[in-house]
Amino acid sequence: MIKLTAFFAGLIFGLGLLLAGMANPAKVLAFLDLAGAWDPSLALVMGGAIAVAIIPLNWARKNKQSLLGAPMQFPMKRELDSRLIGGSLLFGIGWGLAGICPGPALTILLTGHGQIIIFVLAMLAGMYLFNLLERSARPD
Amino acid sequence: MSIDWINFTPWTSLAGGALIGLAASLFVLANGRIAGISGLLGSVLRFDSEGRSEKVLFLLGLLISPLLWGAFTVMPEIEIKAGWPTLIIAGLLVGVGTRYGSGCTSGHGVCGISRLSARSITATMCFMFAGFATVYVIRHVVGA
Repeated sequence: MIKLTAFFAGLIFGLGLLLAGMANPAKVLAFLDLAGAWDPSLALVMGGAIAVAIIPLNWARKNKQSLLGAPMQFPMKRELDSRLIGGSLLFGIGWGLAGICPGPALTILLTGHGQIIIFVLAMLAGMYLFNLLERSARPD
Repeated sequence: MSIDWINFTPWTSLAGGALIGLAASLFVLANGRIAGISGLLGSVLRFDSEGRSEKVLFLLGLLISPLLWGAFTVMPEIEIKAGWPTLIIAGLLVGVGTRYGSGCTSGHGVCGISRLSARSITATMCFMFAGFATVYVIRHVVGA
């Protein structure tokens, strides 16, 4: 059952990105271009998503198990460290360069736009590089 | 600042956002997991055994969503303006940055803000600021 819900959650997530316009990198860049002809649509994507998710996520935060009995897997970290801030700034620069973040990147991977394959390969390489750096910093 | 009313899509963006919120709610209520794409992808890439099949299935759902969409209606416009050198640099920064920052637009921006996490609110402010600043520099300072 939890495999089925995982699959449908991913499917609905992707359909949401497509409907919202968030899977179109040109529209994302138009949202990030405050000084140009600004397209505010994507603020409503985040607003709509949070409006729906806020009650379920806060219910989940206070419970140890999901409705299907799976353990709640929530991040435990609390501190606002330099990794969080530095990493998020780097991510934002990359997002601003191409208008693509991880969810939309995977959502449009199979739509036949050749350039997205280059982006996804580079993103996977970046994640792999992080794993290598982590392993050398903290050998098990 | 001038608002581009012609390309402004309030209703479909709000509805799409609601679907994203619904997906994030389903994943946490049923699976007990945060629908953070970079976190799921990073975990699968690290060959973590914990919850591996659920994570792979979520990502698979994401990958095939445009095929389902295309079976019923015309695909929405998808336009990638960046050339390949930009795409490589952007992809590397997104990959490294989301892993160091423990999340992206979905995990921090949607799920993290919804559960009122101070880390996620901070991260979202950082990547939004960097995104706005980068586009400003590219379009209005360098003029590309």
